[in-house]
Amino acid sequence: MAGTGIGARVTRKEDFRFITGKGNYTDDINRPGQAHAYFLRSPHAHAKIRKIDTVKAAAMPGVVAIFTGADIEADKVGGLICGWMIHSKDGSPMKAGAHPALAVGKVRYVGDHVAVVIAESLAEARDAAEAIVVDYEPLKPVVDLASATKKGSPVIHDAAPDNQVYDWHLGDEAAVKAAFKKAKHITKIDLVNNRLVPNAMEPRAAIGDYNPGEEAFTLYTTSQNPHVARLVLSAFIGIAPEHKLRVIAPDVGGGFGSKIFIYAEETICVWAAKKVGRPVKWVADRTEEFLAIAHGRDHLTHAEMAIDENGRILGLHVKTRANLGAYLSTFASSVPTYLYVPLLSGQYNIPAIYGEVEAVYTNTAPVDAYRGAGRPEATFVIERLMEVAARELGMDPAAFRKKNFIKSFPHQTPVIMCYDTGDYNASLVKAMEIHDVKGFARRKRESAKAGKLRGLGYSAYIEACGIAPSAAVGSLGAGVGLWESAEVRVNPVGTVEVLTGSHSHGQGHETTFAQLVAGRLGIPIENVAIVHGDTDKVQMGMGTYGSRSGAVGMSAIVKALDKIEAKAKKVASFVLEASEADIDFKDGKFSVKGTDKSIDFASVALQAYVAHKFTGEQLEPGLKEGAFYDPTNFTFPSGVHIAEVEIDPETGVTTIAKWTAVDDFGVIINPMIVEGQVHGGIAQGIGQALLEGAVYDANGQLLTASYMDYAMPRADDLPSFRVDHTTTPCPSNPLGIKGCGEAGAIAAPAAVMNAVTDALGHENIAMPATPQAVWHAAQAGLARAAE
Amino acid sequence: MYAFDFHRPATLRQANSLIGKVEDAKILAGGQTLLPTMKQRLASPAAVIDLSGVPELVGIEQKGRNLVIGAMTSHAEVASSALVKAALPGLAALAGGIGDPHVRHKGTIGGSIANNDPAADYPAGLLALGATIVTNRRRIPAGEFFTGMFSTALDEGEIITKVIIPTGGKFAYAKFRNPASRYAMVGVAVGKKGSSVVVAVTGAGSDGVFRWAEAEAALGKRFNAKSLDGIKTPAAKELNSDIHASAEYRSHLIGVMARRAVAAATAK
Repeated sequence: MAGTGIGARVTRKEDFRFITGKGNYTDDINRPGQAHAYFLRSPHAHAKIRKIDTVKAAAMPGVVAIFTGADIEADKVGGLICGWMIHSKDGSPMKAGAHPALAVGKVRYVGDHVAVVIAESLAEARDAAEAIVVDYEPLKPVVDLASATKKGSPVIHDAAPDNQVYDWHLGDEAAVKAAFKKAKHITKIDLVNNRLVPNAMEPRAAIGDYNPGEEAFTLYTTSQNPHVARLVLSAFIGIAPEHKLRVIAPDVGGGFGSKIFIYAEETICVWAAKKVGRPVKWVADRTEEFLAIAHGRDHLTHAEMAIDENGRILGLHVKTRANLGAYLSTFASSVPTYLYVPLLSGQYNIPAIYGEVEAVYTNTAPVDAYRGAGRPEATFVIERLMEVAARELGMDPAAFRKKNFIKSFPHQTPVIMCYDTGDYNASLVKAMEIHDVKGFARRKRESAKAGKLRGLGYSAYIEACGIAPSAAVGSLGAGVGLWESAEVRVNPVGTVEVLTGSHSHGQGHETTFAQLVAGRLGIPIENVAIVHGDTDKVQMGMGTYGSRSGAVGMSAIVKALDKIEAKAKKVASFVLEASEADIDFKDGKFSVKGTDKSIDFASVALQAYVAHKFTGEQLEPGLKEGAFYDPTNFTFPSGVHIAEVEIDPETGVTTIAKWTAVDDFGVIINPMIVEGQVHGGIAQGIGQALLEGAVYDANGQLLTASYMDYAMPRADDLPSFRVDHTTTPCPSNPLGIKGCGEAGAIAAPAAVMNAVTDALGHENIAMPATPQAVWHAAQAGLARAAE
Repeated sequence: MYAFDFHRPATLRQANSLIGKVEDAKILAGGQTLLPTMKQRLASPAAVIDLSGVPELVGIEQKGRNLVIGAMTSHAEVASSALVKAALPGLAALAGGIGDPHVRHKGTIGGSIANNDPAADYPAGLLALGATIVTNRRRIPAGEFFTGMFSTALDEGEIITKVIIPTGGKFAYAKFRNPASRYAMVGVAVGKKGSSVVVAVTGAGSDGVFRWAEAEAALGKRFNAKSLDGIKTPAAKELNSDIHASAEYRSHLIGVMARRAVAAATAK
């Protein structure tokens, strides 16, 4: 499509500044007189702090101040919060241990914050931190997820004496039991969803600044949701009331969920700025990010599927143990519960589902939402089960899926979600055709001739995006509403500024949001600016995560644009001396029906501000409108990814030979940006399946604390992706958008592992399927074959 | 990083004199290991003597039947050198496979072998090629130079000036990369000169680069990948084991990489 409206492949407006080094990231900002913060972190996974001696360190050159947990307590700085209440099966609330921004009495993971040194330079702060003497009494750590709640385990938080955060469930247990009784076949699987470390290109950073004249704070921070950060820092941590706290999230270089949360570091920077009377800057180095950023995933799951004699699914029972790390991060509790079990129905008609989730504390970094957040875990469970069940039943995996697809909408699953629309069969058929699934047998023979094993795996995923109806999430325990806000400011010359509560940190909102506005108002895209990431400019917003910015953020803009159009028509009616009902608006022109009288959008804007054609009694001057949009349902992007792998049994190396993705994202604003999102998501999903995995040793030391040991996907690990679409517009929002940001990361792990196990001919291999793991599995397979 | 003094001599003579004078100095020969280590505060030399300003240490020449490579010649220069590609294509390929483009343009052959990282590529390559390491004081055969993990025959204040590599034989290097760091998890260099065969293994040994005698004997009889069939790979107890590869897996990979190196060395 030509032009710049919805559906056009508009080149990203923001890229020029990014690729020419003109971006403005938090680390690019320097405030006059700023000092530098360095955090002394715990070398122990679990230890009592007997004493912290800062006397010598405080006397070192350049040191401005040193603070510890005692100072936090003395100033009554509130602890970090978890904003989603989960209740256990027995009705008891989750057991949230205290989470002070600097450790009080105890450290609970390697990387935990013990003290902060503020100095003239970072080097001086580090030197002084090395001179702080901490008297630790090491305690036995709890590292292993499987045994964390075992009787006699060391206790991490007094509030949770058996290290259990909650034991939660969803679904109808009795119905599932009955379904399993009727089953002809039961497929069982044990799965590990490996722990991942988010690795945005830009590490976290913060600058706290205090203006004593105005008694007001400013926090520059790498946040996906600056307004939520302000709300939490203000209402819960108690830094300052909201009107005295401005949070700015400038250009942010990737987040993937990890920058949703409110961390100790930014809290300390903004608090300390007033204490020391100077701006305080902190920038994480990569090691700090590995140690202390909120990690993702980390589940152990046993799942069983009941199937009848015709190959129809009767029921699903899933039992998961989720590692939440040493403290509850901002939204940690919601990820393995309401973002996980409600997606276990996948694309299938499953009459009975019961999910049980036990969340536990361990002496590891906190775990929270990471690209997909619960939905990759759910997809991995259901799609691995589907593949294994089909193999056990001797059915073609595609045919087994087709047989069980949901075919009529709306469809109420047994686990909360009401799927509004979709055509799962269409995506599968299209993906199989593009992928040339028919040619797989031939390709497998060719691989075999070269001594290679070839496998093919499907992943038919669904996700719930566009989060979320505020009343619905409120009833499930969320501490906030998940609407979005927008304000459209038309300037007198007809240029437009759009203020949005969404936050762009790689998504390309400055382009896609502008496409919407330019198309709707009939003005050049260059005349539209998207403003975000500053609580002084945008009044309130909920930020970007859960693939919600298109579905929710843009819907808010549509609502505001509706109001702009209505007001502009009023202005036009005065200018054109016609009845408002006779004014049409099309292609940037207001015209009087049945006449040749018209006026363009820019001229109407000018008239709105000069206000010469109407009186104040008739119409308010100006052209500026705001809107809040609260969705009425989640959106349900879905699709089919097909992975084809080739394994070298000599070395265990798995190569992705071919990849096809057919996604249904509803209406697409910018296909180029959507493809980029899908590519990145698949890369992360392949990373999880083949490369990435955070490993702690028995003492709770993170063995994968740098790129020397944590394997990120690189370009040469990935094939050229075939990405295509089917479209069923979302019926619950004005643009028909479903969302695309997480799809690849959700779909890919199951597709890869289904392909790898297909190639190897057995199921027992965990992610990441590294060369070593695959080689051992291939050896075991060969040994079995020889028997 | 801690503070340190920085010296940048313009001649080898100046470098020699600095190294004798400056206390607790480290030589910077590309810095692809030293600088990250210093940044992490794991190394804290009082001074750094940067050799990148010494032109006489850079360059590649054919001298008779030998290639002579200056110690400060970057991996990228070796990889793209027409001389190296013609005389020892396997060495050009080895250099072209070190690290990433950044590392290849900053890292040098002298820096790499002086550091003797147990997962570095050059030590195995130079052992298999029968190279001679020339310093400001003497000549050291590669076989005597690499004395263990991160240790070499270099004395205090000794600076590598060049490496002399005989040509005319067969040589190839096959590397299995660590999926995270892309260092050699197992790298095998195979060199044949006349009837003498050297098989050098990097990345796998618990004390750095080592020679695999059984493979050398078998290949000495017949230089063909098939000669390695049935030869027992080095014992797991002598090998590294970590989260990426068990010793057993490394032992297996030594066999695979050796066969692939021999196949590459004998390919037309």
